[in-house]
Amino acid sequence: MTLPLSKELTAPNGVKYTQPLGLFINNEFVKSRAGGTLTTVNPTNEEEIATIYAAEAEDVDLAVKAARAAFENPEWSDITPEARGALLNKLAGLVEENAKVLATIDTWNNGKPYSVCLAEDLGESISVLRYYGGWADKVYGKTIDVGPQKLAYTLHQSIGVCGQIIPWNYPLMASWKLGPALATGNTVILKPSEQCPLSALYLAQLIKEAGFPAGVVNVLPGYGPKAGAAIASHPGIDKIAFTGSTFTGSMIMKAASQTLKNITLETGGKSPLLVFDDADLDQAVKWSHIGIMSNMGQVCTATSRIFVQEGIYDKFIEAFKTQVKEVSKIGDPFNEDTFQGPQVTKQQFDRIMKYISDGQSEGAKLVTGGTKHGDKGYFIAPTVFTDVKDDMRISREEIFGPVVTIASFKTEEEAIRRANDTVYGLGAAIFTENITRAHKVAAKIQAGMVWINSSNDSHFGVPFGGVKQSGIGRELGEYALSAYTNAKAVHGKLPLLRPLQYLKANSLK
Amino acid sequence: MANLPLSTTIKLPNGKAYEQPLGLFINNEFVPGVEGKTFEVINPANEEVITSVHEATAKDVDVAVAAARKAFEGGAWPKTTPAERGKLLAKLGDLLERDAELLASVEALDNGKSISMARGDIGAVINNVRYYAGWADKVHGKVVETAADKFNYIRYEPIGVCGQIIPWNFPLLMWAWKIGPALATGNTIVLKTAEQTPLSALVTCKLVVEAGFPPGVLNVLSGFGKTAGAAISRHMDVDKVAFTGSTAVGREIMKAAADSNLKKVTLELGGKSPNIVFNDADIDEAINWANFGIFYNHGQCCCAGSRIYVQEDIYDKFVEKFKARIKKNVVGDPFDEETFQGPQVSQLQFDRIMGYINHGKEAGAKVEVGGERHGNKGYFIQPTLFSNVRPDMKIMQEEIFGPVAAIAKFKNIDEAIKLGNDSNYGLAAAIHTKDLKTALEVSSKLKSGTVWVNTYNSLHSALPFGGYKESGIGRELGKAALANYTQAKTVQINLA
Repeated sequence: MTLPLSKELTAPNGVKYTQPLGLFINNEFVKSRAGGTLTTVNPTNEEEIATIYAAEAEDVDLAVKAARAAFENPEWSDITPEARGALLNKLAGLVEENAKVLATIDTWNNGKPYSVCLAEDLGESISVLRYYGGWADKVYGKTIDVGPQKLAYTLHQSIGVCGQIIPWNYPLMASWKLGPALATGNTVILKPSEQCPLSALYLAQLIKEAGFPAGVVNVLPGYGPKAGAAIASHPGIDKIAFTGSTFTGSMIMKAASQTLKNITLETGGKSPLLVFDDADLDQAVKWSHIGIMSNMGQVCTATSRIFVQEGIYDKFIEAFKTQVKEVSKIGDPFNEDTFQGPQVTKQQFDRIMKYISDGQSEGAKLVTGGTKHGDKGYFIAPTVFTDVKDDMRISREEIFGPVVTIASFKTEEEAIRRANDTVYGLGAAIFTENITRAHKVAAKIQAGMVWINSSNDSHFGVPFGGVKQSGIGRELGEYALSAYTNAKAVHGKLPLLRPLQYLKANSLK
Repeated sequence: MANLPLSTTIKLPNGKAYEQPLGLFINNEFVPGVEGKTFEVINPANEEVITSVHEATAKDVDVAVAAARKAFEGGAWPKTTPAERGKLLAKLGDLLERDAELLASVEALDNGKSISMARGDIGAVINNVRYYAGWADKVHGKVVETAADKFNYIRYEPIGVCGQIIPWNFPLLMWAWKIGPALATGNTIVLKTAEQTPLSALVTCKLVVEAGFPPGVLNVLSGFGKTAGAAISRHMDVDKVAFTGSTAVGREIMKAAADSNLKKVTLELGGKSPNIVFNDADIDEAINWANFGIFYNHGQCCCAGSRIYVQEDIYDKFVEKFKARIKKNVVGDPFDEETFQGPQVSQLQFDRIMGYINHGKEAGAKVEVGGERHGNKGYFIQPTLFSNVRPDMKIMQEEIFGPVAAIAKFKNIDEAIKLGNDSNYGLAAAIHTKDLKTALEVSSKLKSGTVWVNTYNSLHSALPFGGYKESGIGRELGKAALANYTQAKTVQINLA
């Protein structure tokens, strides 16, 4: 199929824009070498949006050559750190100017509510780019005093060509990957998901407009098994960063192991949310609803397992049901009132519906939802299961949909044990007004992030990532910088320092 | 002057006109002084009055401190997140960039530095403000584990109301060095400009409002050291004072801080920095750096390389070539694009420097170049080079702060180090050599806050700058400056 390299599109909200369709390599949009394509679908009405070029191994090769050449080109390698920072700040400004278009694209392609996409997805991307723009000239090596015989110091150098594979749930999470990689002087091959690649292609234009030299950022939409696998195993790529399922993450790690690539992974979660009986019930209900129902439940850190202390269990469930009824308005994501749009694809829809059916057959109590919503689009009613046992599939496996399991517990010890009884360890939330309990439990939960009296309340300045099978390494904050630098130690042998010989005053005439 | 307006139109020598604010800037507004005092601002290139400005006395300091205190304790500023503070500073950086040419022109008019040098200053101002904008949300405390039943953390909190007293040699650049780290870390400020050069900071106040800083966060007062400066240093409600200027005044400020409320003090004071040239140096390069080291900004640099030491084998050749190089320095009208050296900033400075030149002549030093006034209008002094100097001469020990260099020879590395360290000051130093061993050894032995190798006067927002010995207390620039405007609070929560 021969496609043009761009197409004028009109989104459901009337916004007209030019959608690039090609692969972005060396600051240009090009066709895929083997002619591969993929088609994007609007999950709200199941209609096609656009067909774009899809990268395969040969395209990855070209992108790697471009990224390597750019990495070694003085136009990028020799510019000052603050010049890199200025480019990131420029990009942040351009994303801000184009926020409405980008939010339109992601709402159309992903199904997430437009008002949330604009305020949160775009707001955060802009902040993240600015944040790393500010770090660029503040990455320090050290001088280390080992005695007068040596000038020992470390250089924190860029790694090189970085492959970055990002998911469909927050397409503009591209900023989390690009920010630290570019601030520290690397070059990038970014593969957006096959489900939601469109906004990354639009972003590529802004990257060029900001002034990044050709080859510094390359954007290759494509299928995981073709483009993703090629990136994970390419000998010319020095580092892989991946966000997605634990299953795919482990395949990437295997592929990367052949060439011992530096790797960071952000994978799945089944994050627990604990409500103690001294919790502020209103806050607990508000945040636990946000924690599972936001973004249609398609959040790696979703607090999808709720444990409520038995004294307030019944009260909590009633209040939670009411919250779902009042807040979880399902509808067209371009509608201002909509809280919950469709799930991203038919595949995800089917998967979630299967879990719902499993939950029922395993004997969990379905308190609300459990059905498809409407007859067009991949909408699922917000679903609540109670009286859930820890060994049920719906309690153990990541559903990635608007489905929550609620169980009761007796003691703090039990809550912690059951919260930790999972292969995952991404997020966790604790609701209590007791400060000692809050900090003690926070320390004992096996998770990369713990929220006290909130859930999924992340911030770009605070590190993000998982323990156990939820990931390797950290993103965001200062911590992300070490994922994109190598420390080189330089040992400089000093001349033997001679003692000072004091001279008489008149010899200075 | 009675009834001085709060702003006036000034016509620049390049023909362009602009609105110059004249008032004291308090709570985001320009106001007259409580006692109605004013003072004149002189153009050092022609000795004529540019304008008068309103003058802050101790009473106005009281008003400004009250505004800064109010803004620190309540209102929008304490609620502003670190990232938002960074955004405000970044916006200010953009506005400074937009108005860069105007600010450079005001600086050249008020200070007398050449327009090309002033543009360089403004470029550095913008870099500095942007640099600290990036730090605002990156000041991290630590969590320290001591025992299983304790939760301990350290937070770096702003100090509070900061008094900042800045000099006249780089008016807007010194403003940027001070406000950047202080605002990035959440403090509020009462800043007193130098009485010789109050104009550029007042113009910038309009940008501070435009950028969106809440009222009372940054207050700018024009005034004199003995009145307004002293009032800030001894004020019981100012939590910290930062000063750049002479060592003599630095002492006064430290005393006043001690006598009042023990406010925190950081000082960036004088220098008598050695510029050391070894036999194996690239002579032409070393000469360029020696020239730049002392004659840049008309010698009005705290880190000026005012004592030049040349190893004996190349001494004669060096002096001859250096004389020729100095004669190429263009002295003239600051608004002429060719000018390198403009006038000294004031009559007082002019007299002081001429006084030192006379001392040098009387003490028996030889004038190799210059030694006289340049022209007959404006505070211009010829670039001057003394040889045949002894270490005990006033011109070798005291900071002249003018275009006057002293050059002497040395035998070997040990003597170079001894001569370099023979000063109560310790701000900067430079070494010119091709030999790695020499560079590393001498730099490790010089008692100096900055050591340059094969360069001079090379400052950068990211690199800490400050003095050993009587050249100061604390460091500015880089991450180091953040420590001047924060204090550590240790919180220990008992979880038992």
